[in-house]
Amino acid sequence: MRHYLVLRVVAKLLIPFMLVFALYVQFHGDYGPGGGFQAGVIAAAAVVLYAIIFGLPTARKAIPDWLVETMLAAGVLLYAGVGVAGILLGGNYLDYFVLGATPVDGQHRGIFWVEMGVGITVFGVMLKIFYMFAGRGREPDPE
Amino acid sequence: MAFAVVAIALQRNLFAVVILSGIYSFLMATVLVALDAVDVGMTEASVGAGISTVLLLGALYLCGGEEAKPMRRPALPLALSVIIGATLVYGTLGLPVFSDPDAPIHQHVAKRYIEQGAKETGVPNIVTAVLASYRGYDTLGEAMVVFTAGAGVITLLRRRRRPRGEGK
Repeated sequence: MRHYLVLRVVAKLLIPFMLVFALYVQFHGDYGPGGGFQAGVIAAAAVVLYAIIFGLPTARKAIPDWLVETMLAAGVLLYAGVGVAGILLGGNYLDYFVLGATPVDGQHRGIFWVEMGVGITVFGVMLKIFYMFAGRGREPDPE
Repeated sequence: MAFAVVAIALQRNLFAVVILSGIYSFLMATVLVALDAVDVGMTEASVGAGISTVLLLGALYLCGGEEAKPMRRPALPLALSVIIGATLVYGTLGLPVFSDPDAPIHQHVAKRYIEQGAKETGVPNIVTAVLASYRGYDTLGEAMVVFTAGAGVITLLRRRRRPRGEGK
């Protein structure tokens, strides 16, 4: 679809705003609606739009497969790591109160990193599934 | 929404079905926003109408856009689904009245979340506080489920591709 000028220009205009909105949803989830899950999906949707307009190989070059697969596992590890950090600092598993100077501070920090982990995993999974489906029926990768 | 559902059931062209289900998801998102569940509405709009529509279109590209004609009239499945639907509707009659403050669900832990949540976690959005803090284990499990789904798709689709590549 890269021959359609209007689509190309509109996509180029929209994608940065979609990514910024995803980051806003991610980091503003404490105060407004949203959180890691929604942010991950929105960011993945931006990349999917990019892949649809400019072709799958271009998108795969921008965000390579190894990065997506790493994010898939890194998010869950980050989440579980927050729990382990709670144990190491003398609390229970996934106990955020010990993470900061004051309990409320610790809660803030814990929720931030947990949402981060969810966002990373969701982004990775959504994008990986899309890559997998869209890559079917083409030439196999030189993996 | 009812119109979208009937149209989905009647349509034979799968492309139209995918687009209609996207429309259905958007309508569902507006319903959720009207119910003040903005977080869920956001998820519905982005996942239901966005990503899954794209994935279904990708699947259509692979397997063609026309639904096969059913072998015989689907009388038994229709009767079954009507009976199950009627049972579920009958079940909803036993639920407390909508937005009834004395309903059991509002008496247990929800009270504490609403009264103490902002003070204990310092997070004004109660949904985020419950999701990430009070229900941290559940959300960890949810992240695990998402991860497992991704890993499953990777293993399934990759294994099928490799022998074909080797055969060439």
